[in-house]
Amino acid sequence: MSFSAPSPRVTEGPITRAVLIGTAVLFLAVFLFVPLAGVFFEAFRRGIGVYLAALTEPEAVSAIQLTLLVAGISVPLNAVFGVAAAWSIAKFEFPGKAMLVTLIDLPFSVSPVVAGLVYVLLFGAGSVLGPALEDMGIRVLFAVPGLVLATVFVTLPFVARELIPLMQEQGTASEEAALSLGAGGWQTFWRVTLPSIRWALLYGVLLCNARAMGEFGAVSVVSGHIRGETNTMPLYVEILYNEYNFAAAFAVSSVLALLAILTLGLKGLLEWRFAGELAANRRH
Amino acid sequence: MALPRFRQPSILPGFGPALGFTVFYLSAVALIPLGVLVLRAAGFGLGDLWSLATDERTLAALRLSFGASLIAALINLVFGVLLAWVLVRYRFPGKRVLDAMVDLPFALPTAVAGIALTTIYAPNGWIGQFLEPLGLTVVFTPAGVVIALVFISLPFVVRTVQPVLADLDHELEEAAASLGASRLQTFRKVILPALTPSVMTGFALAFARSIGEYGSVIFIAGNIPYVSEIAPLLIVIRLEEFDYDAATAIALIILIISFAALFAINLIQAWTRRRHGHVL
Repeated sequence: MSFSAPSPRVTEGPITRAVLIGTAVLFLAVFLFVPLAGVFFEAFRRGIGVYLAALTEPEAVSAIQLTLLVAGISVPLNAVFGVAAAWSIAKFEFPGKAMLVTLIDLPFSVSPVVAGLVYVLLFGAGSVLGPALEDMGIRVLFAVPGLVLATVFVTLPFVARELIPLMQEQGTASEEAALSLGAGGWQTFWRVTLPSIRWALLYGVLLCNARAMGEFGAVSVVSGHIRGETNTMPLYVEILYNEYNFAAAFAVSSVLALLAILTLGLKGLLEWRFAGELAANRRH
Repeated sequence: MALPRFRQPSILPGFGPALGFTVFYLSAVALIPLGVLVLRAAGFGLGDLWSLATDERTLAALRLSFGASLIAALINLVFGVLLAWVLVRYRFPGKRVLDAMVDLPFALPTAVAGIALTTIYAPNGWIGQFLEPLGLTVVFTPAGVVIALVFISLPFVVRTVQPVLADLDHELEEAAASLGASRLQTFRKVILPALTPSVMTGFALAFARSIGEYGSVIFIAGNIPYVSEIAPLLIVIRLEEFDYDAATAIALIILIISFAALFAINLIQAWTRRRHGHVL
């Protein structure tokens, strides 16, 4: 063994690097880029006229409106829930906290189909609640309330899981200072807490919204697929596709794909610009 | 001595309403509905549950879901570590876009992914046309199920390994190298053991997600009973036949499998915390 050993090799040679990067890019290309490009290619294959016609069809318009309505109700509900959950969990010490955090994450580990199924069991024909509500003139299944419930279920953890670690990290010193200087409870929340969590809140809302607008399995089970009435955009895509109307299916899909790309872009922007104001586990 | 309190004292207001709302909302939306499902399944009794669960078609669907999820998670384990490595350790043009794109499966609606993958991997599709001469048919076979599940669970291993790899101390690698280890030896004996808990967590998350996945799979699978029919789809089929009992039984099995995967993650994390004194 010689004392003039070569400098420690702590990285790979250029060929290994090139092969690894190439493999990674090829893998992503085969599974992500090509399918994504395929959506836009198929959407415009029969020309811009067919594309626009597919999107201005009355059923397409009603699917777009329904998707916006369902997300417009579900996302604010889960945002309020996320803030309330994070406030109680991050700012206070109480027994059973770890359990509560686990339970909040629970919907992420439930299959979307099962999420839909639980509402069918709860409000369906054989249930207690369903017929009783029906008598009062409230229809849950195969109607907007069912779609909202299923969407709220599958998107429930998004905002809470962004805010809890961040607010735990931030502690309570700022709020205590504000309160001891005479600020009221709400005043403290609006002026001290909210400004320090706004980007993480936006981040959570962004992810929550993307999932809410794109949810398929859970809403598919509760929707009943009534044309022009209970079809959200993803459900409408399925119907068009199964009718071999591929151009229209991909036209509607391309709008959803654009939404996904926009979401990823904004998410990347938030991670890059406000890294310090997002939770620690998002800083990479 | 003061009376024991439910929570430790704080001058911050709003604990009661905030916790109350949290628990009420969570229970109303998720816990009670899930409880109804579990209670209904419990009402069957073990014998009935067993006969519902061991129905031939159900078993075939569960076997496919389990096997395909396992294979997809394994593929993502290998490529997830590779992707995390490339994204953390190397600089190259387009890296930021590549990094952002890893999350596409989280953002792209599953139905859109499903019809796109079906079109691309069809025998006349952009990728399928190269597989067809090799005798590889993807669409309407179990291989198609695996492809869709690889897509949907792609981000998990990458995103759990990435932060751990970024925090890894370079000095360990330098020490190994200066003691004469080759780069591959250093990777296998120094880097990989440090990454293992995060890799396992990502693997379990990917598996749990795949077991329940529906939207991206049903288009490419072709849904041939006993061949390419996944368990979540069988739930939907049973529901459409108004066979709520069979649907509930399959749902319960899927729930148990995904909770077992989550429980495994918690064990891994507890073990890591004990051993290394920090969370992943």
